[in-house]
Amino acid sequence: MRLTDLPLRQPAYVDLIDWSALSPSEGQRLREFGLCEGASVEALHHGGFLGKGPIACKVGRMTIAMRRNHAAAVTVRTGPDGAGAENEA
Amino acid sequence: MSGLPLVALVGNPNAGKSALFNALTGARQKLGNYPGVTVERKSGRLSLPDGRPVELVDLPGTYSLDPNSPDEQVTRDVILGRQEGEKRPDALVVVVDASNLDNHLRFALELIALGLPTVVALNMVDLATRDGLELDATILSRELGVPVISTVAVRKRGLDHLRQELDGLMSGAPAPYTTKPARDFDAVRKEARRIARAAIVRETPSRRLTAAVDRVLLHPVIGFVILLALLFVMFQAVFSWASAPADMLEGWVTALGEAVTNTLPPGIVHDFLLQGVVGGVGAVIVFLPQILILFFFILMLEATGYMARAAFIMDALMARVGLSGRAFIPLLSSFACAVPGIMATRTISDPKDRLTTILIAPLMTCSARLPVYGLIISAFIPARTVGWGVGLQGLVMFLLYVFGIVGALIAAWALRLTVTKGQSSGFLMEMPKYQWPRPQDLLIGLWQRAVIFLKRAGTIILFTNIVLWVLMSFPKAPDGVRQSEYSIAGRIAGGINVLVEPIGFNRDISLALLPSMAAREVAVSAIATVYAIDAEDDVEALDKGLGERLQGRWTLATALAFLAWFVFAPQCISTIAVTRRETAGWKWTGFMIGYLFVLAYAAAGVTYWTAVAAGLG
Repeated sequence: MRLTDLPLRQPAYVDLIDWSALSPSEGQRLREFGLCEGASVEALHHGGFLGKGPIACKVGRMTIAMRRNHAAAVTVRTGPDGAGAENEA
Repeated sequence: MSGLPLVALVGNPNAGKSALFNALTGARQKLGNYPGVTVERKSGRLSLPDGRPVELVDLPGTYSLDPNSPDEQVTRDVILGRQEGEKRPDALVVVVDASNLDNHLRFALELIALGLPTVVALNMVDLATRDGLELDATILSRELGVPVISTVAVRKRGLDHLRQELDGLMSGAPAPYTTKPARDFDAVRKEARRIARAAIVRETPSRRLTAAVDRVLLHPVIGFVILLALLFVMFQAVFSWASAPADMLEGWVTALGEAVTNTLPPGIVHDFLLQGVVGGVGAVIVFLPQILILFFFILMLEATGYMARAAFIMDALMARVGLSGRAFIPLLSSFACAVPGIMATRTISDPKDRLTTILIAPLMTCSARLPVYGLIISAFIPARTVGWGVGLQGLVMFLLYVFGIVGALIAAWALRLTVTKGQSSGFLMEMPKYQWPRPQDLLIGLWQRAVIFLKRAGTIILFTNIVLWVLMSFPKAPDGVRQSEYSIAGRIAGGINVLVEPIGFNRDISLALLPSMAAREVAVSAIATVYAIDAEDDVEALDKGLGERLQGRWTLATALAFLAWFVFAPQCISTIAVTRRETAGWKWTGFMIGYLFVLAYAAAGVTYWTAVAAGLG
């Protein structure tokens, strides 16, 4: 499931990031924010009147905001097997 | 350059770096610029336990040594000893947020790898405890191989310990300097994570105070309404809270003027001091309280962490005009002054995004316009309420700000479709935890702004007024002719007047327009000087306030047109100079001046003609 479709406040893990959908500097910034395969992620707020605005999400212990087109490049998964990825990272 | 040993304070944004800087250096800070770039250089003096002084420099926050924007580049260049005008630091204080260790340790590891003497300040340990985290600084220090001190900058905890460690570091032989290539990003990240895990003694589910507050403040509808309400309260406060201190200052200026009259014999020196210096500069100084109130709000919004939320809320709207929510922060700073606002665009990585933001920044109503708006509004808009305790004067002020914002959004949209066309950039931003700012930090910020304003009043505004007074006082007019029209300045104004008469401007305004290019506030002092000179022999007129005198000479339509002009006019040489520096040339600067003048002329014209048609002329 894409990060854009993740229901609010449901803990999940990053499964895959399509780096090619991001510019090199955007990719770098996201990595610096700690967004990488295996990181824990939780969508917190959708901005904008029709939910078309940016998404605020918790990555690790940090809250970051990104636009929907960037969030769509992030595939997440929920469920028990995610926990293994977290510990391995 | 002081010649003292240099220590750089470096860390991620939102690690509490500035609070630590303030706690270590107190109010003895120096604000400057790095040569060639407009990134602010903040430095201060720190005494080691044995009394040795050290210069501490606060570098812009960044996430890595791979810069993403011009201000992050300065941080990297200073640390690597490549920044012009700055020597390589002798030691680093790396500030990390205790509650965000995995992330901040990655950058810390990158910095430690450089081999400079380094001490890590494990900052905001109190907030980490609030979030249910317990950390062991000893383990952290062992794993990182450098001293680690737990600090709570806002309560001055751990500062002595930090000074002692610095003392130890600075006493050793200078370290060999390495720029060994950083290890693979992912490897460093994993290492940071491992160390963070090792240092965490206990981790209980956090209380998530920030998340709870965000549910309200980031709500698509409620959050937007709260943001608007906050801005509205801010502009109301600028008017209502300032009136008492402003009256007091005005009293002092009047007393000073009377003292000049009583001590000096009538003559040219008396006139010069009374009309040119006291009258002119005094008319500007009385606006200090309003400017400080405005800065108080902006500093509060930044220090509490709300500013990033405002950017989040505004992003959807900003995206529609081709900008990002990040541009909202420099634009909001531009309400205080466009110069720091334009400098703050250095945090925007996309060049076209940044250029567009620079071009529209002068449309945000800066604090130098407050004296102008304040004078005209208090003279022409009745001080009554329009219901619910909302004052009409404050409402008009609010509307002027709104016109500036709407004008800016339309301009950005038009620019993005034409001259700064390009792919719209993204919005990636950290949302810091909410914090209650320390009063001392706010006071230091306000003090610095007050000094900058008073310096302006004492230099550029004073100088412009003196030149203007000379141009207005000579040659002496024969009886029956107004001095302000007969003088050199009056004749120049006569020429300008031909151009601005169609939009309702009178000769007083024409006279004020040129010197107000130096600083907008001068428009007020220039008008004050005109009336002081014309009223020389008229004792009764001198006793009247400036506002009262304006009522007799201007129509409401003219006053409104004058306000509309000031919403858009590209004024002040400092803004033009900083734009030239930031856009690296005259091309975009010239473009900015041109389009803003056209807008100002059109807006004043439309306002005047509409007002006249409505019978207000």
